[in-house]
Amino acid sequence: MSVDESALWPLRSSTSGAGRRHPWRAPGLLLPLAFVLFLVAAMFAPEWFTALAPDAIDTDAILQPPSPGHWFGTDELGRDLFCRVIYGTSESLTIGVGAMAIACLGGISLGTAASLAPSIVRKLLVRLIDILLAFPELLLALLVIAVLGRGPVNTLFAVGLSHIAGYARLVRSQVLLVKLSGYVEHAVTLGEHRWTIIIRHIVPNTIRPLMILATIGVGTSVLAASSLSFLGLGVVPPEAEWGALLADGRNFIEIAPWLSLLPATVVAISVISITLLGRRLQVLLARGDVP
Amino acid sequence: MTVPIAETSHEADPLMSPAVPLLRVEGLRVVFPTSQGRIEAVRGVSFAIEPGEILALVGQSGSGKSVTARALVGLAGPRAQVDASAMTIVGHDGGVVDLLRLAPSAWRAVRGREIGFVLQDAQVSLDPLRTVGREIAEPILAHRLLPKTGIAAEVKLLLARVGIPDPDIRAAQYPHELSGGLRQRALIASALAARPRLLIADEPTTALDVTVQQQVLSVFEGLARAGHGVLLITHDLAVAAQVADRIAVMQDGLIVENGPTRRVLTMPSQVYTQRLMAAVPGAATRGHWLAATGAAPARETVASDQPPLLEVDDVSVSFRRPNGSTLDALAGVSLVIRLGETLGVVGESGSGKTTLGKVALALRQPNRGEVRFEGQPWSGLSESARRPLRRRIQTIVQDPLGSFDPRYTVERIIEQPLCLRGDRDRAARRHRIAELIELVSLSPKLLARRPEALSGGQRQRVSIAQALASEPDLLVCDEPVSSLDVMTQAQVLDLLVALQVRPRLAMLFISHDLGVIQHVSHRIAVMEAGRIVETGTVAEVFDDPQRPYTRRLLGAVPRLPGRC
Repeated sequence: MSVDESALWPLRSSTSGAGRRHPWRAPGLLLPLAFVLFLVAAMFAPEWFTALAPDAIDTDAILQPPSPGHWFGTDELGRDLFCRVIYGTSESLTIGVGAMAIACLGGISLGTAASLAPSIVRKLLVRLIDILLAFPELLLALLVIAVLGRGPVNTLFAVGLSHIAGYARLVRSQVLLVKLSGYVEHAVTLGEHRWTIIIRHIVPNTIRPLMILATIGVGTSVLAASSLSFLGLGVVPPEAEWGALLADGRNFIEIAPWLSLLPATVVAISVISITLLGRRLQVLLARGDVP
Repeated sequence: MTVPIAETSHEADPLMSPAVPLLRVEGLRVVFPTSQGRIEAVRGVSFAIEPGEILALVGQSGSGKSVTARALVGLAGPRAQVDASAMTIVGHDGGVVDLLRLAPSAWRAVRGREIGFVLQDAQVSLDPLRTVGREIAEPILAHRLLPKTGIAAEVKLLLARVGIPDPDIRAAQYPHELSGGLRQRALIASALAARPRLLIADEPTTALDVTVQQQVLSVFEGLARAGHGVLLITHDLAVAAQVADRIAVMQDGLIVENGPTRRVLTMPSQVYTQRLMAAVPGAATRGHWLAATGAAPARETVASDQPPLLEVDDVSVSFRRPNGSTLDALAGVSLVIRLGETLGVVGESGSGKTTLGKVALALRQPNRGEVRFEGQPWSGLSESARRPLRRRIQTIVQDPLGSFDPRYTVERIIEQPLCLRGDRDRAARRHRIAELIELVSLSPKLLARRPEALSGGQRQRVSIAQALASEPDLLVCDEPVSSLDVMTQAQVLDLLVALQVRPRLAMLFISHDLGVIQHVSHRIAVMEAGRIVETGTVAEVFDDPQRPYTRRLLGAVPRLPGRC
């Protein structure tokens, strides 16, 4: 019998050992997971959730409050708001995920280069990251919009590019850590090539913690894209993007508050769900429950 | 956490005295319920400690030593089920305290006050944000033993008692400002602060150099003379042999042998005790297997006319310290390793042994001097010129877990060097991996595992298999068995000794453990403060040491009785 004595010596005493729930079955994970699955379904098959068209104008039902016929009410043109929110999911989430992909790819390249490139290049890149970090992300996104113009694709780029610096900083600190690790040194003694070491060992071990942060970042990007649209600089009406819906509803906030409140609630719940899911994944990964 | 007593009879300890001893433990059981079933870590252990007595609890890791010690101070863990027919200590007031039925608040009155507990690693056991003096004052304050005005004097007294020079200065310092030995002694001082009559020390010297270990052990001897009872947990029989009055040998949660030190070590009645003793490396074990019985490996002396494989020529390496001063890790080191020869490098921590290994591996460039491999430049090469040659010098480190990519399985780890050699054929690679895994006596079932799911000994075997996959000429072993317990160490050393007789494999074997060095080496180099102070064959260095430093080092090594 071999007993790992340190494993038998947990410092926390709060969790009761035997009766603990399975980590995947906690409500803190299940509810957000259900909501995110719902969002994904709405993204690819909005017609499952509503029979109406998002831009069908009904002049007989203008600015109606929520009712069994129109769950979220109708807007100033008599369009069904629930339908528009459902159809807007695709636009908002695509921007969220796409922007995060750009931010991560950019962050990994910039961060890795800023820690492994020859000395002069490295120093320049570190300064560049510092400068970018000094600007608020929304300001950077506005700058990109100012150069590229409005539209969904440009919004995606604007949000993605504005987040690169933060990820680059993170990647750089991680690479510096991995670079000093025993296994990188060991790979050198085995005679592995410098580029092999970077691609096989350094980058994969750097990405691991980044992936979870990126999940949380999707939520942030959705919010950033909505902010741009709300300012009228991102996706423009009549597209049914969440931020654009909010901006629309703002004009009627006194007579029809549901027009802004309900889409805002959907944005909030989405961001919270995605963030909670990311956090949960982070905990599970740290515990080693997920390979 | 305690379960009502429902115990049947346990064999009475013949050595237990009729009067109530300082600590009395009878039929102690510790069970951990897990999802895979109940783990019985301690299965009915009985022993007693008298005032002024040192009892050493020895055994390999997982035998239940530490769990026993922790159960005595009520720290076996929140899930542990502790149960015994008797577990008592005689308190300061002369009354008998039943350790089985203590409320958490009552435990706090016992810990520190009645039982002092010293952990293995002083580095993590001392609060880095508090000075040593405040740390030691803590138990005095917690148990309200002295008025605040008297504390400073008491702390000084305690520091002096554990043999710390300049107590005034040391009390004002932070743990990181102290050396390992001083830190360990400060930890003992804090355990003694509330004047407990019983001191429990869990592997107190495992992380220390022999000379420092000697200082710490003499503190325990002094405490026993002053009437304290000491329970010393150790996997090192030689340490137990030196200080303990009695030895209890633990195996799989049971005490298999318990008796006076001399009797247990000279006439062990149990096969397990004999195996533990045979596993301790040293002069007597040269040419014998440590873990296995049977024929000894033929150990031929390496002739001095063999061509040199690695030459380190007047190498100096210095580091810049954070405060701007420079530290000479190596100062003019020269040595030669011949084909098929094992050169043991020994010295205290900080003497430059690891830096020497890194220089040999060309992971660190010397500031001065040169390293040659087979007469050709080695340290002077550019990295791209050196890369094709790197497979010929491989390394095994103390903690192989850190040198494996955490994402890799065992199979991929061993495959790494095979791929590098341009072995394109997958079937041939698999065949070679199977051969290597058998050579290091690992089960092929482990190939799919990740290193963190392996035991320390298994990891070290994987590390050896990976190094051998490159078919190296030189193996740089940096403290390869230091974090293993004595039985695992014996198995890994046996494996390394078996590899020595493979044609041409030379080793640079770095260790702080003189016994290990004596067991495996052909020649020895003794290092002190970045210099090699003495070299020679094992017999020359051990039997006739020339330098005072070597003599001091050798004198500090605890020995098993009946061995030279």
